[in-house]
Amino acid sequence: MGLVPGVIKGLGVTMGEARKTVFPNGFTKPPAPSKGAVTVQYPHVKEDPAPRARGVIALNQENCTACMLCARECPDWCIFIEAHKYLAPPRREGGKPRQRNELDRFDIDFALCMYCGICVEVCPFEALYWSPEYEYSEPRIADLLHDKSRLGLWMETVPDFEDYEAGSEQKKKKVPR
Amino acid sequence: MSAVVLAELAYWQVSIFRVLGLLAAVLLPAGTIVYLFLFKMMSFMQSRLGPMEAGPYGSMQLLAEVGKWLQKEDLFPDGADRKVFAWAPIVVVASTFIMYTVVPFGPDAWFANIPTGIYFALAVSSVSVIGILMAGWASANKYSLMGGLRSAGQLIAYELPLVLAVLGVVIQAGTMDMQGIVEAQRNGEIFGLGFIGNPYILTQFVGFAVFMIAMQAELTQPPFDMPVAESELVAGYLTEYSGFRFLLFFIGEYATAGAFSAIAAVLFLGGWSLPGIGFDADIMNLLGPIVMLTKMMLIVFLVMWFRFTYPRFREDQLQIFAWKYLIPISLVNIAVTAVLKVAF
Repeated sequence: MGLVPGVIKGLGVTMGEARKTVFPNGFTKPPAPSKGAVTVQYPHVKEDPAPRARGVIALNQENCTACMLCARECPDWCIFIEAHKYLAPPRREGGKPRQRNELDRFDIDFALCMYCGICVEVCPFEALYWSPEYEYSEPRIADLLHDKSRLGLWMETVPDFEDYEAGSEQKKKKVPR
Repeated sequence: MSAVVLAELAYWQVSIFRVLGLLAAVLLPAGTIVYLFLFKMMSFMQSRLGPMEAGPYGSMQLLAEVGKWLQKEDLFPDGADRKVFAWAPIVVVASTFIMYTVVPFGPDAWFANIPTGIYFALAVSSVSVIGILMAGWASANKYSLMGGLRSAGQLIAYELPLVLAVLGVVIQAGTMDMQGIVEAQRNGEIFGLGFIGNPYILTQFVGFAVFMIAMQAELTQPPFDMPVAESELVAGYLTEYSGFRFLLFFIGEYATAGAFSAIAAVLFLGGWSLPGIGFDADIMNLLGPIVMLTKMMLIVFLVMWFRFTYPRFREDQLQIFAWKYLIPISLVNIAVTAVLKVAF
């Protein structure tokens, strides 16, 4: 190949790519571009995102203690949390009533969110998860503000964590179902 | 469109006939080029499918695009010189239309039969520089101005090798008449073999190579698309244009590709004539345009293949390539052609 100048080799590369796209089964078989192309025809065929793709943030409401860490770390200030305290009944007979935080509001404005994932990483109680779901565009921008019930619905789409490498000491995290 | 039919019609009827034919000759190849190469071949070379929704295999996509452009607002920038801004795309498109007039598509299927056809075509093709400079200046935008100036510099630099490459053909054919060049190739012989005539790509292959490279630059197709380099000039002289006026520039770009490839087909590939069928046969008025369209698509295929393969030249490389390499090569080509023409 050393004798072929780069300019001619380049022409071969583009034409070879076109051949691979149009005739993925070789020249004797009929052309099948939809098989040879690496892209998918989106509305007809759904793309299969990687399991750790950053599609949408899901909220597991039971784990949230309204500690506000996510809201404070968010670079876009797109998380809105309101909560109130209440006294839960004691765990044992005759004990003191426990003080709990109850979420009133937990909204993420996906019109502002830049999908950095800091909220998911910073959450100490594993209340936030990434979901690879991506089809939630809206005709009105205000509808991109997902409230806590809608964020909770995304929990169903969160895939299981993948296994760590063999020999890893770390315990595999579980997604609450 | 045979001579017998034309002779029976009044002059104004023939004129309407020719105008409609010219519209078809400009828009049909332009549409074919955009769909076949820009939409489909480019997609396949990038391992994707391109437009697939509008019509079977996206073949109606171009109509959808035209509809989209026609709906857009006709924007004028605040500081723009409105009259010049509005006329610039029309000047560019007009130069393309006039280029087509001298291209013969058959023994009687021509729009204007000028004895110095190729000279006229090359002269008219440089009018588009004025349109581009008008667009760049009238936009009141520094990116547009830079793009217009770069474009003018490039088009003027590459016009010279283009003309010099054509000169080789003119010397060999002995005429500037485009019909005459077709006839000369048809009746020519190469080493005593004349069964397919002598398409000048065989004897003028240096001229053909220079012509193809200069044509690529004249069309501002990559790798010579410095005037519209999006990373530094947004879109060059097109930056402020939208809607119908942008559509005119777009048609102008691809119709000019068709016009230059038609000229290349006439000069180097033997034009519309087919071996075995008489030069003045009436049937050639029907077959000729088809033969020409095939040859044009072959040339545009090469242009687009280069376009999709190579990265953009830097501005200084671009000028050096024209002045230091292409022009000396084509001058040598002319000298050798002239010597051989006298010798044989």
